[in-house]
Amino acid sequence: MADVSTLKKDYQTVVDKHSPKNEVLKNSFKAFWVGGTICLIGQLITEGFIYIGFSEPDAGTLSTITLILLSTILTALNLYDKIGNYAGAGSIIPITGFANSMVSAAMEYKKEGYIFGMGAKLFTVAGPVIVFGTISSVIVGILYYFL
Amino acid sequence: MDFAIDLIKAFVVGGLLCVIGQILMDRTKLMTARIMVIFLVAGAILTALGIYEPFVDWAGSGATVPIIGFGYALAKGAMDEVAKEGYMGILTGGLKATAAGITAAIVFGYFAALLSNPKSK
Repeated sequence: MADVSTLKKDYQTVVDKHSPKNEVLKNSFKAFWVGGTICLIGQLITEGFIYIGFSEPDAGTLSTITLILLSTILTALNLYDKIGNYAGAGSIIPITGFANSMVSAAMEYKKEGYIFGMGAKLFTVAGPVIVFGTISSVIVGILYYFL
Repeated sequence: MDFAIDLIKAFVVGGLLCVIGQILMDRTKLMTARIMVIFLVAGAILTALGIYEPFVDWAGSGATVPIIGFGYALAKGAMDEVAKEGYMGILTGGLKATAAGITAAIVFGYFAALLSNPKSK
């Protein structure tokens, strides 16, 4: 029974080895540079559209659409999930994460059919976002109208 | 030079917003959809308070690409439309301003999922 203390020590080293050491800092750094890069790409695309003659608001809209398109393609190729595993919130917070959430949920439920599988699951994450977004916009509109 | 500064601002501001999201995720174990909704509603509130728009003017894509910018677009759309069209803008403004993005996400999203092969598990 003398081995018990040795075992406990071994167990502790295993636990230490696997418990997160300052994970928040490391994850934050990953989220920072990946999320920042996505926004930088958005800025580049916007500037590009302005350069070829689009108005500033149109360029912004087209840039958003381009990012969404890129994200859906990367998701369909199973690449966006890889970025997500590394970057965490860095891939979720940008608008590309919103598009990714739609495609990946729809892909997962493809076998349940094109209407109730994909058509419904497209909104697993996007649904709440659109619902609360719409409600917020109406509340803001009401306040703005009366104030 | 302005061009380079705009890129740096977008990178740093967008990155910092993602860090806030990451800290929320790590500390609270919130789900993806909740984080997105929190950011979105925060964007709408900050826009209504008149804080977010100057921030967008300064940071460009760094402020509009993160999902908080979607809340900004919704709230700004509602306010602009109310100013232009009166009370009907309350119902039309938000979605009108974001229609292109939502439509693109639905159409591209559906077809991307349709054409993809889910990874074998």
